[in-house]
Amino acid sequence: MTVGAQAPYLRLAGIRKDFGSFSALKGIDLDIAQGEFVCFLGPSGCGKTTLLRIIAGLEVQTAGRIELAGRDISVLPPAERDYGIVFQSYALFPNLNVAENVAYGLVNRKVPRRAVAKRVEELLALVGLPGSQAKYPSQLSGGQQQRIALARALATKPGLLLLDEPLSALDAIVRVKLRSEIRSLQRTLGVTTVMVTHDQEEAFAVADRIVVMNQGCIEQVGSALQVYRDPATLFVADFVGRINALPATLQGGGLRVGAQVFDCEHTSLAGHAEGRELRVYLRPEDVLARPIAAGDANVFEAQIDKIDFMGPYCLVRVHSDALGAQALTVYLSLNYLAEAQLAVGSRLPLRLLPDRMRVFA
Amino acid sequence: MTAAALQPAPVRQRVSFSERSAHAALLLVALALLVFLAAPLVAILQKSVQDSDGSFVALANFIAYAQTPALLQSLWNSVWVSAAVTAVTVPTAFVFAYALTRSCMPAKGLARTLTLVPLLAPSLLSAISLIYWFGNQGVLKGAMQAIGVEQIYGAPGIVLAEIFSTFPHALMILVTALSAADARLYEAADAMGTTAARKFFTITLPGAKYGLISSALVVFTLVATDFGIPKVIGGNFNVLATDVFKLVIGQQDFQKGAVVALLLLAPAVLTFAVDHWVSRKQTAMLTARAVPYSPKRAPLFDGLMTLYCGAVCVLILAMLGMALFASFATFWPYNLQPSLKHYTMGLIDAEVDTAFFNSLRMAAGTAVFGTLLVFAGAYLMEKTQGFRTVRSAVRLLALLPMAVPGLVLGLGYIFFFNAIDNPLNGLYQTLTLLTVCTVVHFYTTGHLTAVTALKALDPEFEAVSASMKVPFYKTFWRVTLPICTPALVDIARYFFINAMTTISAVVFLYSPETKVASIAILNLDEAGEIGAAAACAILIAAANTVATGLFMALSWWVDRRTQAWKKP
Repeated sequence: MTVGAQAPYLRLAGIRKDFGSFSALKGIDLDIAQGEFVCFLGPSGCGKTTLLRIIAGLEVQTAGRIELAGRDISVLPPAERDYGIVFQSYALFPNLNVAENVAYGLVNRKVPRRAVAKRVEELLALVGLPGSQAKYPSQLSGGQQQRIALARALATKPGLLLLDEPLSALDAIVRVKLRSEIRSLQRTLGVTTVMVTHDQEEAFAVADRIVVMNQGCIEQVGSALQVYRDPATLFVADFVGRINALPATLQGGGLRVGAQVFDCEHTSLAGHAEGRELRVYLRPEDVLARPIAAGDANVFEAQIDKIDFMGPYCLVRVHSDALGAQALTVYLSLNYLAEAQLAVGSRLPLRLLPDRMRVFA
Repeated sequence: MTAAALQPAPVRQRVSFSERSAHAALLLVALALLVFLAAPLVAILQKSVQDSDGSFVALANFIAYAQTPALLQSLWNSVWVSAAVTAVTVPTAFVFAYALTRSCMPAKGLARTLTLVPLLAPSLLSAISLIYWFGNQGVLKGAMQAIGVEQIYGAPGIVLAEIFSTFPHALMILVTALSAADARLYEAADAMGTTAARKFFTITLPGAKYGLISSALVVFTLVATDFGIPKVIGGNFNVLATDVFKLVIGQQDFQKGAVVALLLLAPAVLTFAVDHWVSRKQTAMLTARAVPYSPKRAPLFDGLMTLYCGAVCVLILAMLGMALFASFATFWPYNLQPSLKHYTMGLIDAEVDTAFFNSLRMAAGTAVFGTLLVFAGAYLMEKTQGFRTVRSAVRLLALLPMAVPGLVLGLGYIFFFNAIDNPLNGLYQTLTLLTVCTVVHFYTTGHLTAVTALKALDPEFEAVSASMKVPFYKTFWRVTLPICTPALVDIARYFFINAMTTISAVVFLYSPETKVASIAILNLDEAGEIGAAAACAILIAAANTVATGLFMALSWWVDRRTQAWKKP
């Protein structure tokens, strides 16, 4: 999991965390390059927050080594590491105004007063809240408070920015807006950033690389597209996005599902013996309703069981006698449903994309 | 080799200098609690299993105790008197609390304030008043005898006086319990056409269940361990608390005294355990999404409640008023002309002016040092890291005083600090030790107030500060302390008022030079100077009223200085 030829900026080696007999982290190895934006993604209890807090030195790993900018920080207290942190709860000091909050770490470094004021002004402009110096946190909205928390974390120009579910307490619209701002801010400053989130859409939107975690282990590290298109494990396939799972048997180089044999061109098929029982995973968008020409391979007839309206498209549940009564979920556009006059009970041809049929043993 | 042997030692974070200083401070707090709380209690345990020469006799003292009929009689007396007081106080306070929280009666604030006034005076003020109402020369002695009570001295006086002195305590708990009502439950019940009675029995009463249990236990324990009231109005009616005093001070029988002290500890420990369990349940009941209940007008019900609360308030006023009146009466009951005789001659003859000054010094000391210690302890416990063993020791020790009656603590102090081989022996009978004892006695309430205030702060403040390389003490000074100042003022006021009125903890520890005003009341009463005793009790109440006013002004000023950020 090394990145490029450059030495990693943050290196985690064999990080373990045990709480009594329970292992929250089971040996995490991860390298993060300078300037990279990495998201830890996983269900609650997967250990992502614990890992972030270990990087921050707020919790102590049972075993393992942490290097930051070539320096071993494994046993250093938080104050001797070099990072800024933003929490879900903002953790702004309620009795200090915005300027005092942002300058909190600067004042301690004996920076001259005028330089502090200038830096505060700069940071507030950066997070889009210029002129809010004199306000108290309670006078700001949640989104504004989180911007101030971000400015405060960046004030001392740390080498690493840690974000612990920074957007979870905000409502949906603010969340989407702020996440793109965080992303562009990070691009501008080039600060290496680690963000913990349980929201995959959020991870997709901001991360250079996503670290998918489950039960204290890393399941996959990769770009949003890699994680989505090519899940490394069953867990990732299930956790990220919506997916159809079909039981299949390897038969003459193709996959037999129910009574029908499909072509499969996915690399994951290699190495399996004839007659082997497998599971095919494919996303709803990889089951096509059009275009289908006469004589196309991998086409089967299905019947609509249920249509869930989702806005521009519908989530359509179908089954097919050819596939052994196996239920499938597909996306059909609202326009197509109207054009083809499809309703519950209608029959339609569907095609599986051969290069998208991910196979797991 | 086993798998365990192969594992390297767990990683330990390097401890920074500022964290080390926090550990040192925590250790100091732990040490203070060990010496001034744990050690005296251990001394009691030790004494109870030793004979007068100090050799181990196992349970011989307990057996000797059980074979003394007079002492067993006291045990029974304590139990039934406490039970009787509980049976009257809790329902009375419940109805009062119900009126305050669930009716639209007028002047709720006044009623609430009036019920809290008795807390400003020593609890035995009510006993002194009762003597004026029903004593040998009491105003209503005839009426009392007409209903068949021969004299007020003894069980009747104790029960009546304790009802008055425990009422405010029960009321506070029950008001809190009844305030925690979710209006949505009542709306749902209304939507289903539920009768008022059924709502009361299915929603109100179950909701206040824990408050009722807790108030009953608190009242029972307060009565069982109270010393002042039985001393003043108990006559020849013995209870455990007066037994301890007689055994230790009168007969110098420390061993039996220790046994009785342990008996007193039992209900307090039980109360503490149950209360702890109850408060956990109670918090779980009210979720953040609950809608507060606001009562609707109901003329008949509101009227009845007003009458009831009015009657209770009149009784409280009668108690306070009689002591006040009698303290000014020139020569009860022959010359009722108001004069300052008891305040001038009576008090000064008995050197109460010194005692009163001692009281003020002790109360001020308790307020200042107690608040500092309590807040430092709570802060270090809640907001710093590491040092697990010491931390959990402090947590336990901070809660322990709640379970130790003042009399028991005071007795422990004699055993521990009066021992000749104790290097701290020099503290014995000094005002310093009286102050320390009072701080420890009232530690838990202050501690819980501080912990609640600290828990309301975002737990990540310290983490954020550390990430900005700001040491914890700077954040303490700039953020934690300013936010918590109102709680600090509350704690200081609580310490001050209780230090002025406490009797049980300090009754074993004073010398003629370090006598405090609350003890002076007992001495005056014993000397038959009941008018001066009343004057002294009123003086304490007056001092506490002034102090409360000052503390209110202080908290107003603090609010303006430190809580500006709360304004929208």
